[in-house]
Order: sequence, then C-alpha cells, then structure tokens
Amino acid sequence: MGENYEVIGKSVPRIDGVAKATGRAKYTGDLKFPNMLVGKILHSPHAHARILNIDTSEAEKLPGVKAVITHRDVPSTKYGLSPARWDETIFCIDKVRFVGDKVAAVAAVDEETAYKALKLIKVDYEVLPAVFDPYEALKEGAPQIFEEYPGNINTEIHQHFGDVDKAFAEAYHVRRDFFSGQRTYHSPLEPHVSIAFWEGPKVTVYSSNQSVHYLQYHLARVFGMPMGNVRVLKTHVGGGFGGKLDPTGLDFAAVKLSQITGRPVKMLYDRKEMFYNNRGRHAQYMELTTGVTKEGKILGVHANFVMDGGAYTGLGVASAYYAGALLTVLYDFDNYKFDMIRAVTNLPGCGAQRGHGQPQPRFAFESHLDHIAEDLGIDPLEIRIINARKPKTVTINDFKVDSYALKEALEKAREISGWREKKGKLPPGRGIGVGNGGFVSGAGYPCYRTDLPQAVAIIKVHDDGSMATLYTGAVEIGQGSDTVLLQMAAEAMGYPLEKMRIVAGDTDLATHDFGAYASRQTLMSGWAVKKAGEEVKNKILQTAAEMMLVVPEQLDVKQGVVFLKAHPEESLTFEEVARTYFVKYGQLIGQGSYKPPKLGGTFKGAAVGTSPAYSAATQVAEVEIDEETGEIKVIEAWDVHDCGMVINPALLHGQVHGAFYMGMGESIWEEVLFDEKGDVANGNLAEYRMPTALDMPPVTSELVDSIDPNAPWGVKEVGEGATTPTMACLANAIYDAMGVRIESLPLTYEKVWRALKEKREKEKA
Amino acid sequence: MKKKIRLIVNGEEKVLTIDVQQTLLEVLREDLGLTGTKKGCNQGECGACTVLLEGKPVSSCSLLAVKADGKAVTTIEGLAKGGQLHPIQQAFNEKGAIQCGFCSPGMILVTKSLLEQNPNPTTAEIKEAIAGNICRCTGYVQIIEAIRSLVP
Repeated sequence: MGENYEVIGKSVPRIDGVAKATGRAKYTGDLKFPNMLVGKILHSPHAHARILNIDTSEAEKLPGVKAVITHRDVPSTKYGLSPARWDETIFCIDKVRFVGDKVAAVAAVDEETAYKALKLIKVDYEVLPAVFDPYEALKEGAPQIFEEYPGNINTEIHQHFGDVDKAFAEAYHVRRDFFSGQRTYHSPLEPHVSIAFWEGPKVTVYSSNQSVHYLQYHLARVFGMPMGNVRVLKTHVGGGFGGKLDPTGLDFAAVKLSQITGRPVKMLYDRKEMFYNNRGRHAQYMELTTGVTKEGKILGVHANFVMDGGAYTGLGVASAYYAGALLTVLYDFDNYKFDMIRAVTNLPGCGAQRGHGQPQPRFAFESHLDHIAEDLGIDPLEIRIINARKPKTVTINDFKVDSYALKEALEKAREISGWREKKGKLPPGRGIGVGNGGFVSGAGYPCYRTDLPQAVAIIKVHDDGSMATLYTGAVEIGQGSDTVLLQMAAEAMGYPLEKMRIVAGDTDLATHDFGAYASRQTLMSGWAVKKAGEEVKNKILQTAAEMMLVVPEQLDVKQGVVFLKAHPEESLTFEEVARTYFVKYGQLIGQGSYKPPKLGGTFKGAAVGTSPAYSAATQVAEVEIDEETGEIKVIEAWDVHDCGMVINPALLHGQVHGAFYMGMGESIWEEVLFDEKGDVANGNLAEYRMPTALDMPPVTSELVDSIDPNAPWGVKEVGEGATTPTMACLANAIYDAMGVRIESLPLTYEKVWRALKEKREKEKA
Repeated sequence: MKKKIRLIVNGEEKVLTIDVQQTLLEVLREDLGLTGTKKGCNQGECGACTVLLEGKPVSSCSLLAVKADGKAVTTIEGLAKGGQLHPIQQAFNEKGAIQCGFCSPGMILVTKSLLEQNPNPTTAEIKEAIAGNICRCTGYVQIIEAIRSLVP
C-alpha cells in the first residue's frame, strides 16, 4: 500500500487478550456490589391478551422480596427508534403482544426468591386471537395488534428510481423469482446483563450493550431525566452482533427497582428470555424481477418484499429500509423499484442482526442472478464482473461510492478458489458457488434525529510522558475496536503502542460516540482518534522545536522519538518533550471529532444506506451433498474483501472467519421456531443449532488493495459485509452440485432431499 | 439442605459449607469468586462453564458441587503460574483465537485436557475435542490454528 506505518497494518495481539485468556476479564455478570439484589422480569404466557388486572400483593409479602413493579410504577413513555414508531413501554399497560412480553418485575435478596415471587404475581388476562404469520396478519379481519398500525402494517415503503417498467420493456430477458428467509437470533455467548444503582439523583447502569450513548439516551428520555444524571458504562462484552443495541427490559427494570429499593439491582436474561427479547433477523419474503440485456447487463430491478417484524419496532424500521436500500450498491443499474411491507405479528420483535436487513435480500438477489446467468448461458462469476459497480460512482438511490473493488475481488476469488477448473467440472455430488456482498462503513446518520457528531476522542498524555490514555465512547464487544483504535492513536501520535491505555464505553469517564453498530467504529471512531492523535503530535513537534531551536516542519516523531528529518540522530524522546509541555502549558491533550458530510438524497428514507464508504466482498464455497440424505457438507470457502486499509490483519481475518461462520449457520441450520401458541420452541443452545468446530470448513481470507478517500488512512468495514454473501454462495453451490434450487432459508438437509426426490420424479415422468 | 464439602481448587484445598442444590459453577463463581468460569447457557450446551475435574473437562453448570466433593478442580485462574501465561493461553492470545473472550476459558481448558491425553492431535481430533464448546465469534479457525501451533 506504499506507506510505511509504524503501528497500523500490523497483527499485534489484542490488548485485552491476556485478561481474557486468564479469566481476569470481568463481564457485567461477573460484577458484584455490596447489598446487591437480584431482579427478574415476569413474561407474558400469552401471545395476545388484554391485561384485566395485576395483583402483586402475594409476591410483595414473600420474605426476601424488596420490590415488585408493574406499569403502574414506571413511566408510560413509549420508546423505539423513530418517533413515528415509538410503540414499546417498559411494561405492558393494556395488552401483551407476544409470549415473553414484559409484564412486571421483582427485586429480591437472591435469584430463588425472585423466581418464587414471579410465580406469586397474579395476572388476569382476556386472551385475544393471535397471528403469527405476516401474510395472515395483513389479511382483512386479522387480529389487530396495535391501534397505531391499522391492518398490522408497521412500515410501508415504496421507492422508485428511474423507470423500471421501461427497463423491463427494453430488456432482452426479464426473470421473476421468489425467495424467503427465516427468523434467526444472534445468540451471543454472553447473556444480556444489567446492573443499576443510584447515588442521589444520579443512576449508574452497567450493561452488556453495544452503545452506551443510545442506552443513556433511551433511559434518560423514558425516565424524564437529564442525560447527565444517567451514567451508562460497560466492562468486557461477550458478543453482540446487533442484539445488544436496542435497550432491553433489564435496563429499564433494573433502574426502577434500584431506585425503589435504594440498593444495587442486577438483572440477567436466561437463554430462553434472550430469545424473547430477540431483536434478531427478520424473516423476509422476497420477490425479485430483473431485466437484462443479452450480454447480461442489468437494466432494472424490482424488489417486492414483505417482512415479519414481530411485536415491536425498535430498530426494525431501519431493517426494512436497509433490505432494499443496499441492493443498489453492488451492481450498477439505472432503474430500481423497492416495495416493502413490514407487518407486525404476535411474535418477539425483530431488529438488527449482522448485516442489518440485507443478508436475506442478498441471498435472494445472488440466487436470482445465478438463474439469470444460466438463462443467458453466462458463467455466474462472469455476470457479476459484467455488472460490478465501478469506483467513484453514485447509485441510483443517491449513495456516493468512492473506493470500490468488487471486480478485483471477483477476479481474485476466481483465481484462489480454482473456479475455472472446478465450475461444472467437479465430481457428482460436489458443487461450487459464488455470492457477493458488502456493507456500509458506518451509517451516515445517527439512530435518532440529532446534530451531535458521530464520534469524539481525547488522548491525554501522562504528566511525565511515560504513558498516554485514549478516551473514546466506542464499544469493544469482541470485534477488537479497543486494539484497533489504540493502534490508530499510537500511529497518529508517533508513540509506542505498548505505552497506550484506553478508557472506552463510559458516558461519564470517556467521550461521546454512538457505539458498535453498522460497522462504524474503525472509520468513524477512527477519524476522531486520528485527529486527536495528530493534535498531540502537533503539540509535541511545536514544543520540541522550541527545545531544539528549529521549526516544527523540520521535525517528525515516530515510536516515541522526536527527530530532525534531515539529521535523525539529533533527537529527543517523546517523554522529555511531553514533560516539558506539561511544565510549560499544562496537561498534554489532543481532541478529535468526526461528523460525516451531508450524505444521500432527499426522498423519504434516503438516509438509510448512506455511508462515507462501502465495502465489497466475494465469497466462493465448495459443497458436497449426500444424495441419499440431502446432507450438506461445506468443504472449503474463500472470501476476498475490499475493506480499505487494514489496521490489524489478524483481527480482520478473524472477523471474516466469524462472519462466514455465522452466515453458514444461518444458511443451513439456524432458525428460531415457535409452537402453536407462539412460544419459542427452541430457545436454547442445543436446539437453536449453531455450527460447531466440526461443521466449519477451512476458510481462506484474502484482500484486494483499496484505499477509501473518505476514511482515516483509507479504512472500511469488514465485520458485517462478510456475512452478506454467504447464504447465496452456499445455495448456488448446492445448485451447482445437484441442480436443485432451494429458495427458502435455511437450506436444510430435508429441503435438499425433497428437492432431489422431486427432481428424480420429474425426470422419470 | 447444607453440606460441607472439600474441593482442591487449582491446587488449594477449600472447605465449604454449601447448599446441596448448588452447581459447581455457582460455588466457583459465587462462593469462591472465580468468575473466569462463565455462565453461558446454564444448560450444559455451550461449554463456556467448562472446568477440569480430575483433569477431565466437565460442564460445571450441570454438575452438583457435592458431586465434586474431595476432587481436584482446575479453573482458568489456575493455569498461569507466577505471572507467566500457560503456553495454551499464550498461543490463544498470539494467534487471534480470542475475540469476545466469553468462550476462551472453556476452550483453553478443553485444549489442556486434549493435549495432556494426546500431545499430537490431528486437526480432526482437535475439532472433535472442541466440538462441545461454542464460539460465536471466531468461526473456530484461529482457535484451531492456536491449538495446532502447540503440536510439535
């Protein structure tokens, strides 16, 4: 990449690695405070019912119970992502809307007492008819779940760019296909935990979450408190994947129970409760129509989707927009129509999960594109090269895409996977498939309407220059942001990484940042960190110039040594310069702030999908199918990512492996199931089938050279984009192996077996 | 009902009076403050609570503490000695085998047991050994690489 960097671009071990390897790392669930109580939430046993009466008197009498709360004890303020869809309250007021909805909460001296107290709360329900399928929910006469969503329509999107009908009329070939996705759940290994305690008018909340800022915002808004009186912080977080971004019932209930009892209250979800809280992947139903030229150039696309939102909106409105918005990025076409209905049903609410709204539409589009390629007699990889977006272009829905190396990624994937030698030439039962994906490198606009910057960072150099601390609101959830941001800080300052410390994800002690979502921190938090580091560097060079009687322009600083560029042997240590600065001017501090320029168009929903930079990824996978059983074995996979400048290659490849792993799980095995009452039927880690080490194939992760002009050092995202090509990549490989197209996720062994049976019967007849 | 038990935890004898309903996980975390052992699912499915009982991996969430009476328990806190990481911990840290870290204690202990029984495992044997421990972050790739790096 041409540049010589001292700290970035290197696979340094993660800064929290030793703490995590030794068990010293404390997660929220590991914390204990003196006099701490345990809280639990009472969940609804009905999918849809009117609450007639709640009697907590018996629960309150149980020895060891310190507080019992219902909607009567907390604000009725509704919350959610956008004001038009604030539809959730701390506890249900008039109705419960899914099995697992929040009805009441208790705080007791121990967990056993808390559970006993829950059983003593008497709730009289009038059970109402429930609806569990979005198409049923949209029918006339279906049970109405919310007054504010007539016809159970939660979000309706109709966007039209160019003229799709004209494009179809002029096309050589128009094809329509229908696909569907399933409901999946993040299942981070660490369950959600929240601990709250009060000091005077101020509440402190330790929460296992992805954004301390948004949680602070939601808590302050719902409880009617100034944000400064709500401190949210986190310790180590055991994975999020999008599921720890919406606030949970735990956070709200812990705050109130702690206020009432005057004692710290700790609350956590068990596994089943995590599935109730959900906010995972929506099941989408996707009709795609595409018109192409004889040569395979896409002229126009119509995406006509329905998604099952479950009971509440939260981030789900963004999922609905993302589903269609990002379909325009990978391939360049001038005519696009996107129709979407997000229906509410009596199931747990869905939200953001790795790739936010986009992985299933990518599955659909990349499967559809393979069909089109076959219709035209074009190689599937070739049709993607023909249509791949070029850098410095603008999508039909107004996203400005500067760096973009999808074509190079495709070519490299073709090379390293042996595509040409394998495609159509593998032995029976074996197949190879390709899929493309990518993502935003941070959402262009925050989750609620505000003019706050995306990220602020402060670097404070210790008085004697022997250490420096980075303060950031970025949230480390396992992806490695603490390490990456420290590498960036050290690089910008010209300081050794070993001497850097971090204070992150604390609304009191660290700085403002919107947190870990939309793959934003490397770019957005990174910008703020780079600017803060450069300010420190400038102050160091200025002070050193005064000490060495030269001008700052003659100096540079690297790895803690300030030197004359012309005579590097003439040098001072960063430490002595920093100490001199401290004596002369006070604390040596650098500050940086980042706010993207105005991005995107002006149509309704134009903000969703905007970003300073877009990643691109190609995946190729080889599968083996057992014709007798339909069993799918993933033999090998290759990922080539355009993710801009890489700060830490080892962490980056780890993200790719993990993203492929999660995408593979969603492709073949993972699905949240419900019984006939609408209760989660497989809300545990045995029956919600995540892949084990035995299921994981070797994955080769490679990069293409790319530097984005809108990003610090040219960085882009990786963590979410690499999940988006996987589902289609595997579906296309199955098709290549057996000639059967599975149009609904997950691509189970049974579906493959049935499709093969049907194919054989057709061939016989 | 309370019962007195004796555990040898990381080489140190602990005599405890516990409720007979308490799992080994609860005793380690709540009574002994050894929070390196994680509660991931509390149903014996994820492996985050793995400890070594007489050198063999067990899900401590699914084992009553009274069943461990008189036995030797190794937790993640027992591996590093005198400020020196155990070679497995070092390999996990250096090879990128750790992301969120919640599975790491269990993974590392399962690896210890594997390498003690079979110092020269094949990749297939490594995968088999860690198949009961779910990692939601890494796709196991760098975990397997870390373990392979310990095989001569």
